[in-house]
Amino acid sequence: MTAALPKGGSAPLIPRDRTVHPVPFDPDYKTSVTRSPKYALLAMESTPTEETGPVFGHDLLGPLDSNLILNFTRGESPAVGERILVHGHVLDENARPVRNTLVEIWQANAGGRYRHIKDTYFAPLDPNFGGCGRTITDEEGRYQFLTIRPGAYPWPNRGNDWRPMHIHFSVFGSGFGQRLITQMYFEGDPLIRHCPIVATVKDRSHIDRLVAPLDFSHSKPHDFLAYKFDIVLRGRRQTFFENKPEGM
Amino acid sequence: MVQKLNTLQESPSQTAGPFVHIGTVPTYAGLEGVYATELGQSTVSDGAKGQIIEISGRIIDGAGGVMRDALFEVWQADSQGLYAGQDGADPNVTGWARVCADPEDGKWTLKTVKPGRVSMRDGRIQAPHIAIWIVARGINTGLQTRIYFNDEDNSADPVLGRIEHKHRVETLLAQKQAEGRYEFDIRLQGEGETVFFDM
Ligand SMILES: [Fe+3]
Repeated sequence: MTAALPKGGSAPLIPRDRTVHPVPFDPDYKTSVTRSPKYALLAMESTPTEETGPVFGHDLLGPLDSNLILNFTRGESPAVGERILVHGHVLDENARPVRNTLVEIWQANAGGRYRHIKDTYFAPLDPNFGGCGRTITDEEGRYQFLTIRPGAYPWPNRGNDWRPMHIHFSVFGSGFGQRLITQMYFEGDPLIRHCPIVATVKDRSHIDRLVAPLDFSHSKPHDFLAYKFDIVLRGRRQTFFENKPEGM
Repeated sequence: MVQKLNTLQESPSQTAGPFVHIGTVPTYAGLEGVYATELGQSTVSDGAKGQIIEISGRIIDGAGGVMRDALFEVWQADSQGLYAGQDGADPNVTGWARVCADPEDGKWTLKTVKPGRVSMRDGRIQAPHIAIWIVARGINTGLQTRIYFNDEDNSADPVLGRIEHKHRVETLLAQKQAEGRYEFDIRLQGEGETVFFDM
């Protein structure tokens, strides 16, 4: 692992616009009731601690890390489900590509079951599916994963709550203060508007930014469909004389 | 109408959920061997300069319950106050690790090197600290906080200096138990609530 300090010193991060994010306390998402701070967050300008962060080299990755159809069986036999490509760009708020940054995903199998010691849903495990993938963005900030479409699943919250089909995303950027975990939803899923976790984001237009459209331009005939999901991380404050790309 | 800004808005956060380990620490979830290398296992490798310390604690919710599903990441400087990759930084300190609460008792332990003091752009000096970012089911946006140390001089730290309710500074101080051993509990809500940052 090497460094992420921008050349010429660290540039301050753009303060987070909390209005795009979920509310921390939401009684409709019951677990948030006791897991949300009561005091206001203490806001201040980022320091070198938030402006630097871990950097991961492409050499850390194995050839199947971004292929969830095959990585659990080391290429032996493919997972059950609708084959999809999920691809997009990681950008910052200045609309610059975030290059060479780690993207990790995890998801349920086609039946809506996670391979995790704590998931007890009775949908069966797929012996060929693990549910994790990771990759590093290229020079234009692009990433892609080959996977299967995850199933919706019920969860204990209100009497009858279901999660829409979704993929969890974890993204780094070049500063620890840019860390983001989010979820990608699928265009047309009717469960999106019933989900209390989705609804922790109060503005519909921001929810829409988490819904990936079907993208025929990247699908492969007789093989897989594609969905496009772009992710935006916090940017660095720019001054007229500091027009350096993200992370440089 | 006005001109358009060529800027974007950050993607909204969503909770990491109860199964965050699958994607981040797969061996914890019971997924052995999918990846050749699991990332974030330690902030240090053999030969790191400075004092190796152990910090342990629990993450407690607003009902007093110990959270067994929480995960956090740490990011810290080496013993000289330099972050990995900065000129002169200790090559044996990555400074980044993932820490999971124990699935049975919720206890977590971080073995790391005690960080040095870190300079800010304006020349002010930050007291030794470890940045942490906590995610879990029920946390909708990852929570940023810091671990400072009660056996260091924290009086001039510019971040702690901004805490208006001085008695709350205590919530950010790891308590020394013995040489090289500290305790640090994180309280998400209610009495003794940890100070969380938006930086
Ligand atoms: Fe999920």
